Amino acid sequence: MRIRELFSKYGIYMVLLLMVVFFSVLSEAFLTPDNLFNILRQVAVVGTAAVGMTFVMLTGGIDLSVGSIIGVTGILTASLMVMGVPAVIAVLIALIAGVLMGLLNAFIINEFNVPPLIVTLGMMTTLRGIAYLVTGGMPVFGFPESFTILGQGYLGIIPIPVIIMGLAFLAGYILLDKFTIGRHIYGVGGNEEASRLSGVNVKKIKYFVYSVSGLLCGIAGVVLLSRTNSGQPKAGTSYEMDIITAVVLGGVSIKGGEGKITGVIAGVLIMGILSNGMIITNVGDYAQRIVQGLVLILAVAFDCYNQSRKASAGTLIRENKAAALNENS
Amino acid sequence: MKEIVLALKGITKIYPGVKALDDVSLTFEKGEIHAIVGENGAGKSTLIKTITGAIAPTAGTIAFGGKEYQKLDPIEAIRVGIGAVYQEFNLIPYLSVAENIFFGRELRQGAFTDMKAMCAETEQILNELGVRIDPRARVKDLSVACQQIVEIAKSVSKEVKVLILDEPSAPLTNSETQSMFRIIKKLKAKGVTIIYISHRLEEIFELSDRVTVMRDSKKILTLDTGETDRKSLISHMVGRSLSDDYPRNESDCCETTLQARGLNTAYVNNITFDLRQGEILGFAGLVGAGRTEVARAIFGADAVTSGEILLFGKPVRIKSPADAIKNKMGLIPEDRKSHGVLLSLAIRNNITFSSLKHISRYGYLNKKKEDAVVHTLKENLRIKAPSVNQQVKNLSGGNQQKVVLAKWLATNCDILIFDEPTRGIDIGAKQEIYKLMRQLAESGKSIIMISSEMPELLGMSDRIIVMHEGRIVGELKKEEATQERILEMASGEAGGCGCNAN
Repeated sequence: MRIRELFSKYGIYMVLLLMVVFFSVLSEAFLTPDNLFNILRQVAVVGTAAVGMTFVMLTGGIDLSVGSIIGVTGILTASLMVMGVPAVIAVLIALIAGVLMGLLNAFIINEFNVPPLIVTLGMMTTLRGIAYLVTGGMPVFGFPESFTILGQGYLGIIPIPVIIMGLAFLAGYILLDKFTIGRHIYGVGGNEEASRLSGVNVKKIKYFVYSVSGLLCGIAGVVLLSRTNSGQPKAGTSYEMDIITAVVLGGVSIKGGEGKITGVIAGVLIMGILSNGMIITNVGDYAQRIVQGLVLILAVAFDCYNQSRKASAGTLIRENKAAALNENS
Repeated sequence: MKEIVLALKGITKIYPGVKALDDVSLTFEKGEIHAIVGENGAGKSTLIKTITGAIAPTAGTIAFGGKEYQKLDPIEAIRVGIGAVYQEFNLIPYLSVAENIFFGRELRQGAFTDMKAMCAETEQILNELGVRIDPRARVKDLSVACQQIVEIAKSVSKEVKVLILDEPSAPLTNSETQSMFRIIKKLKAKGVTIIYISHRLEEIFELSDRVTVMRDSKKILTLDTGETDRKSLISHMVGRSLSDDYPRNESDCCETTLQARGLNTAYVNNITFDLRQGEILGFAGLVGAGRTEVARAIFGADAVTSGEILLFGKPVRIKSPADAIKNKMGLIPEDRKSHGVLLSLAIRNNITFSSLKHISRYGYLNKKKEDAVVHTLKENLRIKAPSVNQQVKNLSGGNQQKVVLAKWLATNCDILIFDEPTRGIDIGAKQEIYKLMRQLAESGKSIIMISSEMPELLGMSDRIIVMHEGRIVGELKKEEATQERILEMASGEAGGCGCNAN
């Protein structure tokens, strides 16, 4: 009983530790400072977007359009800079565009009552189409030298993208843990109707989380652009997979209302280590995909199994409730 | 003596802390219409569920078709010929009538379903019931009354011997009810035993051969319907002596806090009443009379189509629960687990969930202030939990209810609406909730209490408003209120307005 509780609370960190040990044993190249920063830099884009996804999933929603928002905001920044717009302004416009795309997701979810899965699935395809249409499928390049700092620069020994990810996690933690809106986000995910009856403006919360997701995807898109130094219309493709896997691995319930952002950090790191470790140990690209897919299923299965165990403990009470409801309907 | 098809012997069902059925023995004869009556929570639903196999009795046996069962399971029950039509239909909306009737045992021709044969058989069954419904029509396009007939036809097609109807007339209009009665009588003529549950006593006198009264999880008695009358039936249903353990209100002031003026919603009509400071105003009525809907209308949870709400004499616009909370109102909903508490959140987060404004600045939470609020309320309401960081789902029903109450006290509200405040709560916690409600009233809060438990309603309320089919049919002062009067008004007898609110 106790052990189970411990495991469901700290299991993710144990998995993280095990993986570090595992790959350290397999390859000497793994546990070096260079490689560790390398991993951090590699996960920075996914990690930044994962903060927004955490917000969305805590409300019980999902955002499949994240990869496409990353792509579109990257292309937008690139095109603006090529047209001669100063980098700072171009980035700002891209971030605003990210927020607007998130707001559009929330608008359709809220006002037309369409399930988030469908709305963001449609948005994923639409936005990707726009990225290809605008660029004609060709990369956009030729930016000012200074722009590469965001993706390739260092502050001391720490890569800038890692700092940006760190700030995103910090801001996410503070918002969720220290601000009233965090409570409302958990409330909406835990029970939307009860939250409404407690005075929460549920729609407002949804507008908020999807626009946060859009904003962070915008940031991630700019960072990715700066790292690759060329605007690829396919940038960010299938990132939604990695991002959702990381968030679910981190212990955020797919039903919403439960999970901590600190766990998501571990989830992101596990994904990064897995991918880095597999490259170092020469696991092929195709096999990597299999592993990543299985990890997602395992993480969700673990979550759902836990939920159903808790639920069955409450069955008797619920049976009574059902009887009471029947008499009432 | 007629042939007995179904006999229950000493059926007892115990849930942790609750005896839902207590030694119930009952026989059903072939071809009779046997009504079961009782107040809400008397044990009717649990009894039905043991017959249909939905739950297993703790003790007792069920004799059916020459066999004795310790328990039935749902599949076995259907196989041997026990059918039930619940208030919630088990139909699949997008399938046709015929497909629904043969669902799970479709007629086949080779590998394909034989739609023609299923439609023909369906038509024949419906003809025998004396109704015309197109077997190919989609169920979702039918009226509620027709859907109910499809449900009945589904049971008939399985050669049902005992058919249970749970509040079948509740969703029907008067004329629809009459045609349902004709169908029931046809089935009776074919030798089917009907078990008929209804709150509407007039139906029972019109339809049934015998009637069994249940109260407090026990069978009180079974009567030939012809040999009893409404009054004595009600007295058997009510029966119990009133306990005096409800705290009393001695004050009889005061200022009017809330006025509802001609409120209409999709569910209730022309709701007008006053609520005074320091009083507990009870709302009585049968299930479905619209009491919860009145609460939801006042609280902004359902859209009000016309009418107005005044607070301290001033009209207010309440379009959402958030508006109601701004106007210092609080709602303790009847469905605690899905509308009241946030099960996955900690006690602390639940208690301050509606009052975060009081403990934050620019949205930044002051956890020290929160701690103070949470601990004070936990102590005052005696919420039993090792830590305020514990998830609410781990608490007992009584403690969960206290958490909901604490949430509203933290908002410092003036008007509290309690909807079935003690449902599913054990006796000890009930008394605590009663005391708290009375203390709150004495401290100047206005309380609306909706309850289906007569003793609670009579014991706690200073005034009682009685509802029937979405309307207020009367108001009783504490001194005039008796269970008999309330039941009569609530079943639409004394209130006038025999019209059907559709």
